[in-house]
Amino acid sequence: MTEKLPVEDFATDWDHTDPQWVSDPYPIWEDLRERCPIAHTERYGGGWFPTTHEAVSAIANDTEHFSSRLVVVTNEKYPVDAPPAPIGGAPPITSDPPFHQIARRLFLPAFAPGPVNAMEPQIRELCVRRLDQVADRELVNGGTDYAQFIPPGVIARMLGFPQKDEDLFREFVHIVLDLIDVPTEDRGPMFEPLIQYFDEQIEDHRQNPRDDFTSYLLNAEVGGQKLSIEHIRGSMVLVLVAGIDTTWSAIGASLWHLASHPDDLARLVNEPALMPLAIEEFLRFYAPVTMARMVKDDIDFLGCPMKRDDWILLGFPAANRDPAAFADADRFIIDRQENRHLAFGLGIHRCAGSNLARLELRVAIEEFIKRYPRFELADPGAVTWAQGQVRGPRNLPIRILP
Amino acid sequence: MKVVIDAERCQGHGRCFLAAPGIFGFDDLGNGVVLGDGTLNDETLELARLAQSNCPEHAISIEE
Repeated sequence: MTEKLPVEDFATDWDHTDPQWVSDPYPIWEDLRERCPIAHTERYGGGWFPTTHEAVSAIANDTEHFSSRLVVVTNEKYPVDAPPAPIGGAPPITSDPPFHQIARRLFLPAFAPGPVNAMEPQIRELCVRRLDQVADRELVNGGTDYAQFIPPGVIARMLGFPQKDEDLFREFVHIVLDLIDVPTEDRGPMFEPLIQYFDEQIEDHRQNPRDDFTSYLLNAEVGGQKLSIEHIRGSMVLVLVAGIDTTWSAIGASLWHLASHPDDLARLVNEPALMPLAIEEFLRFYAPVTMARMVKDDIDFLGCPMKRDDWILLGFPAANRDPAAFADADRFIIDRQENRHLAFGLGIHRCAGSNLARLELRVAIEEFIKRYPRFELADPGAVTWAQGQVRGPRNLPIRILP
Repeated sequence: MKVVIDAERCQGHGRCFLAAPGIFGFDDLGNGVVLGDGTLNDETLELARLAQSNCPEHAISIEE
């Protein structure tokens, strides 16, 4: 790994792996929103970071000028192994119109509320079992003892992968989303075990078809043709990577909030009917996911001279705190009534797994506060946050109170 | 008064049928649909307005 220069000014040299950004990005975003509002960097080969609701929304809805070919900012803008636009490496998230609509239609029925809501009892059982395993402790790690175990279990079941491989899933997610600022030549080989694992699972499903999303993709047809192996594997990687640490980050951030705001915790325990509103406010205030786009061709956009293949780091979490779009945007209001948050994005790439993520988040919080109606941060200074485009607490020591 | 979802704008965030499940449902892709003909009374108007004010895509309108 090369030594990085510290950021002098985020307006002209932003870096989302900078320690200051990782530990507390909100003051940085607020400052940029007032000064820019679209920040620039030469890092990662050049890119832009819009911070207002208006700019984020304009770019998210403009698929004519912005591509989803790559959605994670790294030092590699032209990976040799990824199918080009409009397909991309992980359809439909990396796809552009018109192919995007085909890939998304295939994807959505499995993540619609019908099949997702049917998973609630399994998710609840998973949460209860995990809480049982760490019972009778004074200290519970909200990240490594709890949040990190819930989405991998759900996703393993959905894809029909062995539950025992959950550690491997966490490693894959780490490679794709956390180890982003590594030299190009080091990043390719890191993906080899991941591709090999998926190919083994695909082969196993070919020989033993079953009722899961992997078999569904293997059987799916578009225009009388089966999907390509790249499409199938890309969509499976998407479910695994996008379905795991995004949701555990949301669960962790919500627990972090409750552990550090006893009034909100007490209210939620005493008024369970508030839960739906609270969930949306957790999602707005601690939106874990930032997605990327790429500039298709040179364009002057909202006053910024954007160049072909510049990155756009689409700051949904920053837009969620824009005072032009939300009243008291910088305040967490547990019963906020009007809340058009962008935690799941906007436009044609709205998170396909949002119904599942929301369900996991709600059930995970419900079960945790049912088991532990009173808790606090055991050591606020020891809490660490993930770097990159998915933000949530990794180390989250919580003290259970009597 | 009637509530309408603009199917071109709806992206399936699911906020309408979470906020007002008696008024909105979903199709097999998870996009929001109005249940019945969308006629509102005083009671359902308030719920429809809540759903409207939570739709990130501004896809819900209420016609007088």
